[in-house]
Amino acid sequence: MNKTVLTVDDSRTMRDMLMLALSDAGYRVVQAEDGLHGLEVLQGETPDVIVTDINMPRMDGFGFIEGVRGDERHRAIPILVLTTESDAEKKDRARRAGATGWIVKPFDPVKLVAAIRRVAA
Amino acid sequence: MDPMAAIKQTFFQECEEQLAELEAGLLAIQDGGYDGETVNAVFRAVHSIKGGAGAFSLDDLVHFAHVFETALDHVRSGRLAPSHEVLGTMLRAADALADLVRAARDDGSVDAGRCDALADALRALDPDAAQADEEADGDDGEIIDFQPVPLDQSIFDDDLATGSVPSQSLFLIRFKPKPVLYAKANEAAVLLRELAGLGEMTVACDSSALPLLSELDPEGGYLSWSIELKTEQDEAAVREIFEFVEWDCDLEIERQIGEAPGEPDVAALIEKMQAAVEAELSALGPTPIPVSEAEPAVIDFAKAREKKSLQSAGDQGAQRADPALAGAAAQTTIRVDLDRVDRLINLVGELVINQAMLAQRVQEAGLARASGVASGLDELEQLTREIQDSVMAIRAQPVKSVFQRMPRLVREVGAMTGKLVRLVTEGEKTEVDKTVIERLADPLTHMIRNAIDHGLETPEARLAAGKPEEGLVHLSAAHRSGRIVIEVSDDGAGINRARVKALAIGKGLIPADAALTDDEIDNLIFLPGFSTAQTISDISGRGVGMDVVRRSIQALGGRISITSRPGHGSTFTMSLPLTLAVLDGMVVTVAEQTLVVPLTAIVETLQPKVADVHGFGGGARVIAIREHFTPLIDVGRELAYRQGDADPLSCVALLVECEGGFRSALLVDAILGQRQVVIKSLEANYRHVQGIAAATILGDGRVALILDVDAVVASSRADASFEQLLATAG
Amino acid sequence: MTEITRTDLTSARELIAFRIGAQEFCVDIMSVREIRGWTPATALPQSPGFVRGVVNLRGAVLPIVDLAARLGFAPAEPTARHVIIVAQIETRVVGLLVDAVSDILTVTDDLIQAAPDVASDMVKTFVRGVLAIDRRMISLIALDHLLPAVEREAA
Repeated sequence: MNKTVLTVDDSRTMRDMLMLALSDAGYRVVQAEDGLHGLEVLQGETPDVIVTDINMPRMDGFGFIEGVRGDERHRAIPILVLTTESDAEKKDRARRAGATGWIVKPFDPVKLVAAIRRVAA
Repeated sequence: MDPMAAIKQTFFQECEEQLAELEAGLLAIQDGGYDGETVNAVFRAVHSIKGGAGAFSLDDLVHFAHVFETALDHVRSGRLAPSHEVLGTMLRAADALADLVRAARDDGSVDAGRCDALADALRALDPDAAQADEEADGDDGEIIDFQPVPLDQSIFDDDLATGSVPSQSLFLIRFKPKPVLYAKANEAAVLLRELAGLGEMTVACDSSALPLLSELDPEGGYLSWSIELKTEQDEAAVREIFEFVEWDCDLEIERQIGEAPGEPDVAALIEKMQAAVEAELSALGPTPIPVSEAEPAVIDFAKAREKKSLQSAGDQGAQRADPALAGAAAQTTIRVDLDRVDRLINLVGELVINQAMLAQRVQEAGLARASGVASGLDELEQLTREIQDSVMAIRAQPVKSVFQRMPRLVREVGAMTGKLVRLVTEGEKTEVDKTVIERLADPLTHMIRNAIDHGLETPEARLAAGKPEEGLVHLSAAHRSGRIVIEVSDDGAGINRARVKALAIGKGLIPADAALTDDEIDNLIFLPGFSTAQTISDISGRGVGMDVVRRSIQALGGRISITSRPGHGSTFTMSLPLTLAVLDGMVVTVAEQTLVVPLTAIVETLQPKVADVHGFGGGARVIAIREHFTPLIDVGRELAYRQGDADPLSCVALLVECEGGFRSALLVDAILGQRQVVIKSLEANYRHVQGIAAATILGDGRVALILDVDAVVASSRADASFEQLLATAG
Repeated sequence: MTEITRTDLTSARELIAFRIGAQEFCVDIMSVREIRGWTPATALPQSPGFVRGVVNLRGAVLPIVDLAARLGFAPAEPTARHVIIVAQIETRVVGLLVDAVSDILTVTDDLIQAAPDVASDMVKTFVRGVLAIDRRMISLIALDHLLPAVEREAA
């Protein structure tokens, strides 16, 4: 069965691009529009990997990661942070919040898939 | 369509939304009514535009957005105070960003000089300008170098680096995960699998640190690995595998010169390793939840969605299997082709007409009101009306889409006229039919231009008059008695009545000795021929006067008027129907023709008495309504349905109010009733008819015309002596 | 003067022939959408005499042109036996009031002669050509100018 990736991004463009890259690579994709929505979606989905943006309305990526890690059922899901903010501070904060890894935007579909493979069991 | 092209289209749509958000946010900051989230939203808008632009290699856009984003980040971090000047620059930068987006979308060009100047101005906002330059230069390169790359299937092949490779290196890797590595959902096994993909690998697992079961920390990391990897890849590629975990493990990577060890069995190694890891995990407690437990949650989720959203019509099984559907189910809106909605609206229009025809047939058949058929028909009518309202609501949109174009207009007109203007908007969420919205932009643009150009004084004149330097233009929308009312007001000097009157006399629009009330003078600006080059500057002008604005609003079944207070400013008020599809009307007969008079125009109906009607020379008549003389207009004569005058005593008078508050009495033969009618265009197959707004189809299946009250009143006033009528109308 | 109009000699086309008084006319069947019986029209104010008004055509408002009046004859006094030819003129749909439909003709373009030069404005404006069939003279009507011109908004 295909692995499922949950993408969390407030940008429709970015969601579409992730959908295209990931579905081309054979993943099943579930989408959410921000952190809060992401947590909502997780009520009914157990994705193999989560790819999330940092800067989002309502609940940002840090809050979302903490939410996922704080939930017994989802704490084992790898989370990749998707952000243009490549500076160490953001990456470090995401890591401390429990992010598994990161992808620097604008993402390269090949690197995206490679990163997912590096975290997905 | 090529999927990337489709995404690009989405990107540009999204850009428009983000540009609107950006502008709204900057304006909110300017007004002081903002919080951290406003600043974040503004930052996010520019950030998203930059991100998408990077993906499509729109370099100019990326550059500008980056500089903009950097400046916004200073505001966000509190290093730069959002002063008036700062926001002025940022608002202009937002306009330039909008231009860049549209240029990228339409393959057009922008004023590069202006963009560069604004980019410089943005950089200059940096509290530490020199450092910012460096940062900007450093980051630019990194952001732009992205090209969408088609995915190569080979990256999924596990048997990658096989075959003859000339230069192989041997790496000795020692890898000891810390507990925190697992807490972040990284997996040593997965990393080792990836490592194995780079070449030939032997792994030794050291479990000597594994404590007794009773002492096991469920979150602990006790295993470590020694790995020998023979690969053609360089050290960077090896390190990249551990990129996410380098803080969370002890890692040593050594490159060995010399012979690689013998043939390893990678699959067997991984299996061994997996077994070791699973042994650890199963001993420890928190395990990934089994699928069987996750299943009910999926179904609950689908059920919950079913209640909330329209589109979960598909069965739940399909929803789980189909990623697109699962993604869609998470949203509460759907996109529908407008044609489909329009078709539905037309059909509902037919249903309304058919229902009315059926009701009339039943009535003609002489069935009692209390009969089952009649009460069934009443229910049908109620349902039809509800369906119609619901369908119309689909097409209703907030006026925001038009209002949000105005701040830019205000800035531009302000800059051109040298006036300082602040725009305050209210009621942006007021909804109105899409067709009305589309036709709102032009008159609104004109009114705003007019308010700045003619309404507001120069900053010097304002200071001299004891007013704040900055003029205020207030734009509001609200629902009022089934219509939308839009007001544009300014706190300028108000209408110069002496000048307006002199101009109107000079142009022969009114007699030199006309006695006009203040309101009447103010409304002279709507007369055709009033606006000329002398009164209309380039900005307001564009060759059209307020009479054209009024006509375009009338064409929508709307009305416009102005009130003014000298020294305090003017207010334009326009009211429009909420939809162009249906109308509440009074059905009347005139010279054996059936006409529909829009209910919104009618103030009251009355039965003329012989003592109230007076001839007024030149064939004009007036009627006294509560001792107030009101022009009496014979609709039958106005529309040339008959030659002679109707006898007012056998007629009914409809007291109507036109824009500017002028009241007239329309003489019709009889009133048949009130009802909602579906508006049908006369222009589609014929042409505009003077005095007629549109047509409709009544219950008997025949076409009835909808009276254009304003046009009939205006033409009757043109017929009669203006002065005589005004003397009585006041 | 009697030069034959040659557009495409091999092309055959169908025409609907109808009567107005004693004369016969025809229009290209391609522009005819349907033929209906007369129903009373709602008069339009400020309209030329040849526009009888508007009727309801399945929810659309259809203007009715009295072709007799339009062609310079006495206006029709329509009865239930009169017929409305619903025709498409560019983007508009218009009803043409005629006495009766008489025939459907299949002709080739070479049978269509130029209109005789009788110097009448009516002929110049509306008659595209004439056909001689069974000793009848049938005038081919061009639909383009039947409706009054769309009035331009005075700017």
